[in-house]
Amino acid sequence: MALARSNRPLSPHLQIWRWGPAMLVSILHRVTGNGLAFVGLSLLLWWLGSIASGPEAYETFMTYVWTGAAGGLSTLTAILGKIVLVGLSWAFFQHAATGIRHLVLDIGVGYELSVNARWSVFTLIASVGLTALFWGFVLLR
Amino acid sequence: MGNGTSIGRVRGLGSSHAGTHHWLAQRLTAVGNLIVIPFLGISLALLPAHDFATVHGWAAKPLSATMLVLLVVNTLYHARLGVQVMLEDYIHEEGGKVASWLLINFVPAAAAVFGIVSIIRIALGAA
Repeated sequence: MALARSNRPLSPHLQIWRWGPAMLVSILHRVTGNGLAFVGLSLLLWWLGSIASGPEAYETFMTYVWTGAAGGLSTLTAILGKIVLVGLSWAFFQHAATGIRHLVLDIGVGYELSVNARWSVFTLIASVGLTALFWGFVLLR
Repeated sequence: MGNGTSIGRVRGLGSSHAGTHHWLAQRLTAVGNLIVIPFLGISLALLPAHDFATVHGWAAKPLSATMLVLLVVNTLYHARLGVQVMLEDYIHEEGGKVASWLLINFVPAAAAVFGIVSIIRIALGAA
């Protein structure tokens, strides 16, 4: 099999294509999806496990992810935690927007070049806008 | 797999004929995620505080606990399907394929059990 594969032509990769909105959001869909899967779900399970384990475990979670109240290392991880949480919320909104775009494409509409490009760009605006709205509500209410 | 004829060399290397189920399950769980993830986000945003008692009290409610179990199962299933597609694109060696196959079946199952056990423990008032 290895010999057979070595004789086959290689398909062009990223550097060959001219970047466009559809290509960008397609790549973002994969990146955000895998980010949510590995980072997001790990954090979700840590959070659930800490609530189930009691007040001390929950405090540890909150200290290292959000408050940094223990000082030292937790000060650093709390800054990273906020960046990761905001990043995960953006990743969710981006992945959801491009996911809905895929569901629409699945029913066979939206393939005209201009329409496709327009809705691709719209997912980028929507994800940033919804992330700002969500954190604005959480922090300002 | 034989070596003698052309057909013998390619037999068994094609489609598993299971792609339709994978595709449909990915769409179904995608729609489910559009319900359970906003439920979590909006619920946490609306909580008056995020200390242990408030968060535990919220998660222990029957509706919250139900939605959390659905969230854990649905997101892990959707993630498992998506990560499989990613790995199929980038892992080409036989050893890597076997390792990937073990990981995408064992890890989400173990993670789901951990999540559900945690939620049951919260909902039944322990800790």
